[in-house]
Amino acid sequence: MTEENLSTLATQTLEVSLGPQHPSTHGVFRMNATLDGETIVKLKPVMGYLHRNHEKLAEDMTYLGSMPYTDRLDYICSMTNNFAYALAVEKLAGLEVPERAEYIRIIMAELTRLVNHTLLIGFLLNDLGAFFTPVLYAFREREKILDLFESVSGSRMMCNYFRFGGVKIDFSPGFLEGVKSIIQNYPKFLDEFEKLLSENEILMARCQNVGVLSKELAISAGISGPMLRASGVPYDIRKVDGYSIYNRFNFRVPIGEVGDVYDRYYVRILEMRESIKILAQAVKEIPEGPFISPKGAAGAKAPRTFKPPKGQVYGRIEAPKGELGFYLVSDGSPKPYRYHVRPPSFINLTILEDMCIGNKIADAIVTLGSVDIVLGEVDR
Amino acid sequence: MFGFGVLKGMLVTIQNFFASYFSKDHLTTVQYPEERLSAKERYRNFPFLVYDQAPEDPRCVACDICAKECPPKCITIVRDSDAEGKPLKRPKSFDIDYSICMNCGICEEVCPFDAIFMDHEFELAEYGRFEDLMYHKDRLLKPNDHFKKIRPTDATRIDAKLAAKTQKPAPPVGN
Amino acid sequence: MDQLFVNLKHSILIFAGNFLPEWAVILISILISVTAIAVFGPVTMMYLTLLERKFVGRIQNRFGPNRVGKWGLLQPLADGVKMLTKEDIVPKGADHFAHFLAPVAIVIPALLVFAVVPFGRNMVAVDLSIGILFFLALSSTTTIWIFVAAWASRNKFSLLGGLRSVAQMVSYEIPMVLSVVPVLMVVGSFSTVAIVEAQSGWNWFVLTPWGLIGFVLFFLTGVAEVNRTPFDLPEGESEIVAGFHTEYSGMKFALFYMAEFMNSFTISAIVSTVYLGGWQGPWLPGWLWLLIKSYALILVMMWFRGTLPRFRVDQLMGFAWKFLLPLALLNIFAAGVWLAFARPVNYLLSAIIVALALFILYFANRPDMPKKRVYRYAVE
Repeated sequence: MTEENLSTLATQTLEVSLGPQHPSTHGVFRMNATLDGETIVKLKPVMGYLHRNHEKLAEDMTYLGSMPYTDRLDYICSMTNNFAYALAVEKLAGLEVPERAEYIRIIMAELTRLVNHTLLIGFLLNDLGAFFTPVLYAFREREKILDLFESVSGSRMMCNYFRFGGVKIDFSPGFLEGVKSIIQNYPKFLDEFEKLLSENEILMARCQNVGVLSKELAISAGISGPMLRASGVPYDIRKVDGYSIYNRFNFRVPIGEVGDVYDRYYVRILEMRESIKILAQAVKEIPEGPFISPKGAAGAKAPRTFKPPKGQVYGRIEAPKGELGFYLVSDGSPKPYRYHVRPPSFINLTILEDMCIGNKIADAIVTLGSVDIVLGEVDR
Repeated sequence: MFGFGVLKGMLVTIQNFFASYFSKDHLTTVQYPEERLSAKERYRNFPFLVYDQAPEDPRCVACDICAKECPPKCITIVRDSDAEGKPLKRPKSFDIDYSICMNCGICEEVCPFDAIFMDHEFELAEYGRFEDLMYHKDRLLKPNDHFKKIRPTDATRIDAKLAAKTQKPAPPVGN
Repeated sequence: MDQLFVNLKHSILIFAGNFLPEWAVILISILISVTAIAVFGPVTMMYLTLLERKFVGRIQNRFGPNRVGKWGLLQPLADGVKMLTKEDIVPKGADHFAHFLAPVAIVIPALLVFAVVPFGRNMVAVDLSIGILFFLALSSTTTIWIFVAAWASRNKFSLLGGLRSVAQMVSYEIPMVLSVVPVLMVVGSFSTVAIVEAQSGWNWFVLTPWGLIGFVLFFLTGVAEVNRTPFDLPEGESEIVAGFHTEYSGMKFALFYMAEFMNSFTISAIVSTVYLGGWQGPWLPGWLWLLIKSYALILVMMWFRGTLPRFRVDQLMGFAWKFLLPLALLNIFAAGVWLAFARPVNYLLSAIIVALALFILYFANRPDMPKKRVYRYAVE
């Protein structure tokens, strides 16, 4: 066939609806992809299948009443969701947090980061087609942290552990020993994980220069978290805001150069190593003392008497997935007048089409996996 | 070099294969119905009501605080009344819809009378969709001994607190 | 022991010959062989599924099936019952006849190739003079039925899977055939029996330089031919749901699985026949040796499945055309040199050629290969 013939040969694009029932959309997410052969020419994310009216529900509930619902936003890291919400309400009500509670919070947040990143990498490999092995290794290690969560808060995933002005209850006996053993053993597991994955040529070939997100686009789209840092922007709210007591700890912020899937993968591995450092420092320095301030304890016992003064506030933390913020407006009643969540998964997902166009259909799945979404948080 | 990364990864998996025969850490499955994990003391699942002596005399005084604070609103309480219609300090009916409850534990936290606690029971499968998971007072009420068994630390603390309360003024628990 | 099954068949035939005419004895002889294969194939497949689930389970720190019977040994039967009792769903727009035909027809070539596998001394159903050619030709027809299934399903995911399968077959068929050519040159015959006999007395072809490369090539292309990880693109479950068998359920689906597992068994058996000396081996009976060798190769396939992520379409093609094909061609040259010279010199020369080929191909492919990266941390 000559060149001329080829150009007049009529071809059609193929529209494929990936999801909402699809094995690798991490829940009920849908991508309407237009394919030319296997190459994506257009991709439209469709979301909202898991909408649960989270924000409006919260307006009809006391401030404490929304706390268990925040667990269900990003159900993998309930502790950090609690953290962000508690931080926002404390800012609104002007509550002090006792020293010990701050340390407890940081230990929980960093353990959650370990859980989230480990699990994400496992599932990313599933999207790449590895038959569940990395996921199950990730589960194996995650289980140890979830056991700790259960021993202290009573639930493995839906912890509902933070209270305004502190935490619900002090450590259970043996908790700190558990954290110490995690600090000791997690690096070993990470080494094993890296040996299994990081230098695997197939993984490298599949991930490198796939789903590239440029620095400029990342900034203008409001991307946050490991995804932003993988694109080469050194922005970590733990460093920028220094909320809670993060400025006391000594840790580094890893950044990527290319902004592709491999960078996103590797930045997370490095972040976990830094998290372990923070944990080690926190466990060493944690003081004795009350775990909740008296005012906070009174508010937790009788949520209807907890009335923050009129005003509005935005509290944010560096959740494992990115910037998690809660915007609250109070009218002086026990219920928030307005309650809004800035979910990192949702904002990070908006850029999906730009990252996928020109890549193969298999890459779209991998790119989606590397964005690290949890549909509970995207659709709220 | 080409292929060596793959071989390294395969080494890891085969190590795990052999380790699964020797180390408990590499074979984490618990064969559930035969083997069971011991429940953590703070584990919380669904709420139950505590009574001290007799199920007819629960600690609950039907103050309705838990029902109001329950985020998914799964608790319904009707206060009992005597023959003249005067409200009594005990529930006539106390219903928790287990199909709605989300195990948050807020009812336990806000209860001023230490009457409602989170249970460790988790094998609750039922055939019916609605009525079977609606737990009424008779199914919810459990003796204090049960609470002592599942959560000894909390039980001793609360028992001491209650004992201190009853010793001081000893108000008639009446009705 | 070695001739156990052969003698068994002989005694049956002699017994039958006492009172039956000659044509009937020949018929019985054919029937015995056919029955043996028709029973051995599916039973192998059933227990291969169990073996795979057990092996991958252990790799993933799980037990694998262990509830049905001791060590889960009855699991394949339970699966069979489940498959048979499942509802058979045919999509509304499907081509009913082709949808029905494909899973049935796909089993036929998978069973037919058993005919030329020499299970032991004198234990080959038909000693075809074109044995290897027969095997190569038949095993590639599987792809036709995969494509028929994909087309008949009238599903876009299936269609993509089918197209991938065709492209993969076209690419991998060539290095596969070329990787057998050295053996054919050395032996001078297509007959599988003759190939095994040429390797008697530890003269396994895998122990020569060209044989080692040929073995790896043949095995890898074989893995690609039977659509197993990391080359399982036609059914890449993370991208295209289940590829060509997305719309199949119940026994039809089981038939696809049967074909896949029987093919992986035959490919392992043929690879061991061609390069690992077939049934040759000390102490143990020949048929056991062949089974040991093929099961070892199957375990390697399962090991791949437990470890590796999947290639992408273009990488898969690139791997075949840019690496496997030139290597196979150079390997033929190495084998030619090996044939042309006397004993000690030929090993050296062909080793040099093979090493040079690997070296050249490595550097030629280097621009496309993934690179290691160094990460830095944000400065404060």
